[in-house]
Amino acid sequence: MDLIKAVEAAQIKEGAENFKVGDTVRVHFAIVEGQNERVQLFEGVVLQKKNSGLRKTFTVRKISYGVGVERIFPLHSPRVQKIEVVRSGKVRRAKLYYLRKRVGKAAKVAESFRRKQEESEPKPEET
Amino acid sequence: MVGLIGRKVGMTQVFDEKGVLTPVTVILIEDNVVVQKREVDKHGYSAAVLGSVALRKTLASKPYAGQFGESIAPTRFLAEVRDFGKECKVGETLGIDLFKEADLVDVVGTSKGKGYQGVMKRHGFHGGPGGHGAKFHREGGSTGMNTFPGHTPKGRRMPGRMGRERTTIQNLRVMAVDAENKALLVRGAIPGPRMTMVLVTSAKKRQ
Repeated sequence: MDLIKAVEAAQIKEGAENFKVGDTVRVHFAIVEGQNERVQLFEGVVLQKKNSGLRKTFTVRKISYGVGVERIFPLHSPRVQKIEVVRSGKVRRAKLYYLRKRVGKAAKVAESFRRKQEESEPKPEET
Repeated sequence: MVGLIGRKVGMTQVFDEKGVLTPVTVILIEDNVVVQKREVDKHGYSAAVLGSVALRKTLASKPYAGQFGESIAPTRFLAEVRDFGKECKVGETLGIDLFKEADLVDVVGTSKGKGYQGVMKRHGFHGGPGGHGAKFHREGGSTGMNTFPGHTPKGRRMPGRMGRERTTIQNLRVMAVDAENKALLVRGAIPGPRMTMVLVTSAKKRQ
């Protein structure tokens, strides 16, 4: 089993997974059209992460012109160039399937402020 | 034809530079030793007998160990490869470098045992309708005729043990050769459970 990990190691992008389920992310995804390559953005809420190792994928959901759109990205794909966290969400479960049934304001994920603080400020020293 | 003994490790995926995913099976190829050679003059055909994976001394019975001669340590797996395409001597060690990327290979293994199965799973019979009052669902149906010929023809496909038999998958593309990890990455699935022996040979029917 470890051999599979060793084989996958060469392709795994270190630090690619900089977001959590519930975060709003902007995915920079390269699209190849014949000879040209351009970058498309896809912004939405991360519904879930699935699988492990090189096969890990994540699902992003957004509402486009009133229609829910979900896209599954392979986390380590060379076509996923960058993942920006726009807003970190506060959720209590790993799979946010319940968002699919909700419309409008009810489909929002509460923002988590705690994590942002952790990132920006170092922990205050104990007195 | 060249060939090596390996062990199926499991499956994963690889990306190419365009980001296209390909499913691959990882085959661990440890050092193969040429145990014996078959000569046309002596045996009537030419082949190399390969051995791989060290065997504990106490597990090698005398008749089994006898095949290896005095200088070669007994190995767990033995396989014969006909008309070996590379010059080799008895006692020589062969490694994964016999294969390179983009080669086509055949993989021989023992498929997973499926137990006692019916004709639909075992032979691909179509079965009957599920509903509409039908009383014929997954049975095999009639197995023969009447007074003439008075017996079921030989070879009639019926339920029985399925799987755990020698299975060959042809023309699998080598996606990568990882010499450091002794891993051969082959496109698609190969027969058998994990860590069982497989024989990887160069493709018989193409290039």
